[in-house]
Amino acid sequence: MTDIILKFQFYLEYPFVRYALIVGTLVALCSSLLGVTLVLKRFSFIGDGLSHVAFGAMAVATIFKLTNDTIFVMPVTILTAVLLLRTGQNTKIKGDAAIAMLSVGSLAIGYLIMNVFSTSANISGDVCSTLFGSTSILTLTKEEVFICVILSMLVVALFCFFYNKIFAVTFDENFAKATGTNSDAYNLLIAVVTAIIIVLAMNLVGSLLISALVIFPALSAMRIIQNFKGVVICSAVISVGCAIVGMFISILFSTPVGSTIVVADIMVFFVSCAIGKMLRR
Amino acid sequence: MAYITCEDLTLGYDGIVIAEHIRFEVNKGNYLYVVGENGSGKSTLIKTLLHLMEPLSGRISTGDGLKPHEIGYLPQQTAVQKDFPASVWEIVLSGTLSRCGIRPFFQKTEKKIAEENMKSMAVWELRNKCYRNLSGGQQQRVMLARALCATTKMLLLDEPVTGLDPKVTVEFYSMIQELNRRGIAIIMVSHDIKAAVRYASHILHVEKTQSFFGSKEEYLRSDAWKMFQYAGGAEGD
Repeated sequence: MTDIILKFQFYLEYPFVRYALIVGTLVALCSSLLGVTLVLKRFSFIGDGLSHVAFGAMAVATIFKLTNDTIFVMPVTILTAVLLLRTGQNTKIKGDAAIAMLSVGSLAIGYLIMNVFSTSANISGDVCSTLFGSTSILTLTKEEVFICVILSMLVVALFCFFYNKIFAVTFDENFAKATGTNSDAYNLLIAVVTAIIIVLAMNLVGSLLISALVIFPALSAMRIIQNFKGVVICSAVISVGCAIVGMFISILFSTPVGSTIVVADIMVFFVSCAIGKMLRR
Repeated sequence: MAYITCEDLTLGYDGIVIAEHIRFEVNKGNYLYVVGENGSGKSTLIKTLLHLMEPLSGRISTGDGLKPHEIGYLPQQTAVQKDFPASVWEIVLSGTLSRCGIRPFFQKTEKKIAEENMKSMAVWELRNKCYRNLSGGQQQRVMLARALCATTKMLLLDEPVTGLDPKVTVEFYSMIQELNRRGIAIIMVSHDIKAAVRYASHILHVEKTQSFFGSKEEYLRSDAWKMFQYAGGAEGD
């Protein structure tokens, strides 16, 4: 036991480990807050779709050799999120089909671009790390950490400030709209914040696994807790807990960060299913 | 002036007309039943009244102190709500949201309003229960309490007794009647023509080109009623 603690202390000396822990915790917190709304609004897959769009955008950014690709990736992802949520209800191509189309489309185009225009010798390595985030969280610069902290604080602040409105719009959009709440504006807000979180989370778990970070904590919390506020808080706790545990395990046993966190989330999900079953008896 | 006045309303989507020449008005204390066959444009009319969509032509004006967003709405249940983890308290309180305006949190006034409406709908004891675990009748009372938080003047109910058992249905109808006696105008959209004839003060029978609007007595003498009777009889009612 003391061995492990000593090992932790040794690793915590390194700034990149501390950065990873900060960013990981914040991203997990933000994604779980919004996850509850997205799952309940039947938008579980929007995280998946958006992250693939972000992957495609990142590939394009690499061709142009942008030093800070967030400047390009963020607006593209936000724009896609707005289009997806806006056209979700009354279009010829229904919401899930539109998401699926965009998702695989940008994945394919992103990979194609990376292959054709790549300058690096290790293409599959690059692609793998973008898709599964295997190393990128351990190579964060101080500026990236700073941006992440600011954006996460913004997300949490927005969520708290508009909590009651988000609840009303999630539970019954028509009622909220009929009684004078501007549902469209809040849907737009949810879309923009989702996009921000997705781009942030790409560093942590990579673009293939983001959905897990969004949906698992929310689903786990919904098994156990029976009111909205409780579900939001519980999902935040589960998500942050899983992220921290996952990161420590991955440092200790040098497993890939993203998938370790997701496996922790999956395990918590099954535990909460069991707890939920027992509570209902 | 009436709460709601509709003049020569044309309803539809994307330029396709579903129903036209609709005219009616709702005054304080009225109990209006909106009847009509499936696809006749009832739900489109609801959406238009609630400002969820625009009419193709015609005008809806509000008056007598009713603001455009002051119609309490009792929707048909959506799939989302059936497994939504929210307590009764959270749901009813969300009905007062329009009073908050830009203010992010609820104050004592809103909580008080929510409490009063929950007590009058007899769901105060259920306030910490989860909505999805309630019975159908309890869920409808919760939704009614929420709608009453948003209005003191007018309620719009969309097929509210669907899925309720006969005893609960009767209780629900008498609850609405009681609210109506207190002076709240009711717009009830329903298939239940027997209840319409029993409770309504006015009836709007929506049809594609020739909708009927008048008092219940006028309706019982009209052709629309005779047609409906005939159709109802054929179904073996």
